[in-house]
Amino acid sequence: MDMETLLLLRQEVSLLLIALVLLLFEIFANDRNRAGVVSLAIVLFGLHTALGFMDMKEGELFGGMFRTNALIHMFKNILNLGVLIVLLQSAEWVKKELIPQNRGTEFFILMLSSLLGLQFLISSGDFLMFYLGLELSTLPLAALAAFEIYRMRSSEAGIKLILSSALASGITLFGISLLYASSGSIYYAELQGAISENPLTVLAMILFFAGLGFKISLVPFHFWTADVYEGAPIGIASYLSVISKGAAIFILMILFFTVLKPLMHLWENLFYLLSVLTMFLGNLFALRQQNMKRFLAFSSIAQAGFILLGLITGTTLGVATVIYFILIYIFSNLAAFGVVQAISTETGKEQLQDYEGLYRTNPKLSLVMMLGLFSLAGIPPVAGFFGKFFLFTAAASKGYYFLVFLAVVNVTISLYYYLLVVRAMFLRKSEHPIPYFTNTVYMRIGLVITVIGILALGLYSPIYDYIYALSSTLN
Amino acid sequence: MNYSLIILIPLIPLAVFLVLGLLNRKIGPAVSGLIGVSGILLSTVLSFYTAYQYFGVVGKVSGAYPTLVESVVWMNFTDTLRIDMGVLIDPISVMMLIVVSTVSLMVHIYSRGYMKGDEGYTRFFSFLSLFTFSMFGLVLATNLFQIYIFWELVGVSSYLLIGYYYTKESAVAAAKKAFIVTRFADLGFLIGILLIGYYTGTYDFGALNDPGGAILSNWAPASFMGLSVLTWGLILIFIGGAGKSAMFPLHIWLPDAMEGPTPVSALIHAATMVVAGVFLVARLFPMYFFVEDGFALQIVAFVGAFSALFAAVIALTQTDIKRVLAYSTMSQLGYMMLALGVSGYEGSEGLGYMSSMFHLFTHAMFKALLFLCAGSVIHAVHSNELKDMGQLRKYMPVTHISFLIAALAIAGIPPFAGFWSKDEILVAVFEHNTFLYGIGILVAGLTAIYIFRIYFGIFWGKNKAYEHSPHESPSSMTFPLVVLAVLSATVGFIPFSSFISPDRTGFEGHIDIPMAIVAVAVALLGLGVAWILYKKESEMVSRLTDRLGVLYTWAHQKFYVDELYLFVTKNILFKGIAAGAAWFDRNIVDGTMNLIGNSTVVLSRKIKGMQSGRVQDYAMAFVSGTVLLAILFIYLWTS
Repeated sequence: MDMETLLLLRQEVSLLLIALVLLLFEIFANDRNRAGVVSLAIVLFGLHTALGFMDMKEGELFGGMFRTNALIHMFKNILNLGVLIVLLQSAEWVKKELIPQNRGTEFFILMLSSLLGLQFLISSGDFLMFYLGLELSTLPLAALAAFEIYRMRSSEAGIKLILSSALASGITLFGISLLYASSGSIYYAELQGAISENPLTVLAMILFFAGLGFKISLVPFHFWTADVYEGAPIGIASYLSVISKGAAIFILMILFFTVLKPLMHLWENLFYLLSVLTMFLGNLFALRQQNMKRFLAFSSIAQAGFILLGLITGTTLGVATVIYFILIYIFSNLAAFGVVQAISTETGKEQLQDYEGLYRTNPKLSLVMMLGLFSLAGIPPVAGFFGKFFLFTAAASKGYYFLVFLAVVNVTISLYYYLLVVRAMFLRKSEHPIPYFTNTVYMRIGLVITVIGILALGLYSPIYDYIYALSSTLN
Repeated sequence: MNYSLIILIPLIPLAVFLVLGLLNRKIGPAVSGLIGVSGILLSTVLSFYTAYQYFGVVGKVSGAYPTLVESVVWMNFTDTLRIDMGVLIDPISVMMLIVVSTVSLMVHIYSRGYMKGDEGYTRFFSFLSLFTFSMFGLVLATNLFQIYIFWELVGVSSYLLIGYYYTKESAVAAAKKAFIVTRFADLGFLIGILLIGYYTGTYDFGALNDPGGAILSNWAPASFMGLSVLTWGLILIFIGGAGKSAMFPLHIWLPDAMEGPTPVSALIHAATMVVAGVFLVARLFPMYFFVEDGFALQIVAFVGAFSALFAAVIALTQTDIKRVLAYSTMSQLGYMMLALGVSGYEGSEGLGYMSSMFHLFTHAMFKALLFLCAGSVIHAVHSNELKDMGQLRKYMPVTHISFLIAALAIAGIPPFAGFWSKDEILVAVFEHNTFLYGIGILVAGLTAIYIFRIYFGIFWGKNKAYEHSPHESPSSMTFPLVVLAVLSATVGFIPFSSFISPDRTGFEGHIDIPMAIVAVAVALLGLGVAWILYKKESEMVSRLTDRLGVLYTWAHQKFYVDELYLFVTKNILFKGIAAGAAWFDRNIVDGTMNLIGNSTVVLSRKIKGMQSGRVQDYAMAFVSGTVLLAILFIYLWTS
């Protein structure tokens, strides 16, 4: 492995090193300093995230199996940032629940492995690497979802995730093999231009799409979402809802916009159909949820439906708006999940009614939550509004006015249930509100980052300009 | 022009909001009230200074008032479509600055007295500042995107203010309703922006409104359901405006919004936020006028006229004085829309546009005054209901006189402000369409009836035994009343037409004497009807029903005619038609909106079974979904 290779693999190697260091720490740790793993992991990963922002050269490795460029590199940084927030928000939970059982290190190593898988996934240059990345990212998650094994719901979540994802990756693999059968290659570069429209490739596309649709939780591949989010530890649910979903959307976009471009007239319809279904079902289910995690699960399904509005375009504008939206979505959703995490870790309460009167006892947490929900709902001037507006503009630019209309109707429906939570926190009184508590430093940092993101992303335009400039490199 | 000063006009309230919001618990009410009032005072001074600079110092450039824009490129959305942020100064934005700052200042001062001792005093002032900031941002916006952002911000702050009494269940429900109904209307606005933005390649008002520019000189002919894309865009934008300005059938939130504190009703639901829709149409007026020969403008006119009539009829039946005022606001907003809808573009043909803005201006003053007087009355008798009031003129002289001036102004009695602007509207409508003029003049009569109905009901009427003798409000509350009363009496004399016209050249205004006589006669007639019916506590209706069976009444023929007249007006007109309209409003219009909401919830309940929790079902759905999609795409959509 020469220096050149190492530099292109910088992100992945660094992740591996952190995992190894944590493993070594675990071997030499004793009961007194075992809790140090939390700080160690967060500091190391913070360093990793910061170093990630250094420039990366464009290049290919392993005969084209692995490739990287500025766009991919930027997205890796986005993922890093998201995971950093998740780790910060989970720190207290790890200390409280896992360290006494001596399982803290496992948590970090598994999560970093999953991230490593996603990094390989989005850097993949052929379908083999794609599949390896996909599996590497999913398997640790199943273990993580079942991490609170003493809770039945958690093991149930783990089982449901592993069974569903096994099915999904089987179907994806089948799709890949059909693609290979029809074109004789699994390299993206070679496939590009080699794909023509015939029943075999169409079937391959659908099957392949189903597997990614599972990760993104599009209807009808979404059923696992609510159960797993509800049962899994909150950190894992938030990881699933933003990080793994975001990466799957990104690779979906790359593949459909380049390799599968010849089938665009078909996948346009596919995206259209699933976008409508996903938005409506996600929103209608979200209306009735009483459990905050389930509520956020359906909200995240609906958000995925919105993202398809940008994907349907197949243009540079589509790429830019989708990435911008994902970035905003990461901050907004993690703000909401962060508050749920904080409250659940402190009090174990996760129901909507527990949040009644929260503003009186914990005003700061309520404000963070409100900001996150407003951003998810797309109320200006917080970032979520810009994200949605741009997605809609992208779809409108291709003449999908009716789809935009349906999306805007859905925004209004979603507004209703996001307001339900805001109302519970601000406008209701409760006999037994959640008492005041202080958050740990990590949690505070985790929440503050999300707040800064929500406020700054919409108003500080160079970020969008930068994304837009990079997006044009895809086509 | 000094743009750095203009920028301060919205930024000062924003700063006040941040300071009060962050220091919520740490500062006392006296300090927060002072910060709030001095902030808005500064903005008001700057607004007047800007007006002076614009109209006085800059003046007309080559025959027209210039549109001055100072903006920065905020984001290059695509290679062609750009989004700016900045300030736009033209006659109507300057006028709106004056309106917003003046009314807001008065409401701030008034609130110091009205909200005294309230638990969330500081919170209230911070919300007020947030609202004022958003409203300033809205009127100064240079492009569609910017106006939309502030449009929504205005909505959010209105939500917060209506729901201010959050311990009251009805207030919370009203806040939610207002937010959701206006958001529903904003669907239209948003899609309209997307359409226009993508079709024309710009959001900029300057480019969109240029009559000689590329956009207005070659709008594409019919392309979707017989109308051009731009017309659709404008109709959709008007839907957004109709939501904020409470046009039928999107008005249902406004009466409920009266749950908010009364100063809020005066500021938001009378003078400023609700006129945002009118302002929006005025802002895009050249587009409305030139695209497809003003097709969208016709819709504006008819919706406006209908809303004006509909609301005026309902206002007759309400017993809650704030609700009467709410429907009255809706009715007057209808007037403004109507006037815009019938306006021409060049020179004195722009009378409709001018009169609409004029009425917006005068209405802001006298309607804010009416609400603040109502607040003063409510403060004194602790009730919104007409039946709990009567003879209050003896206890509250200042409020009484102020209310009277405002009532004369809204009824259109000269020389009070409303007369001048309403008269111009009626002239403009008459020149355009006599049917709409008929509606306009009818509404003018109804306006006089309903406003004097509550005037007599509150300040005259029955002798009432009050538990605690009502007394005049403190000077912090009466001072704004006096100021606004003076304004309501005098602002009609401003020669508006020389400042404001669609092509910004201004024109010589004049009073059309015969038209004015008709209008005043109708107003006086309405006043007279109210006088007869409501000045004294009237038992005529009950007497009528008592005597109907008695034969000797037939002999008193004269008396009979009198009673018949009463019967017709009171029982048929008021109880029959007006109550019917009110019922229609409450049950059909409101009901439909609720139905949409409820059916969403029901649907949501119905599909619950899909999420069974069993992983084999999920797998089944997954596989069958995939297979279905595959079949669909391979057999149906593959060529």
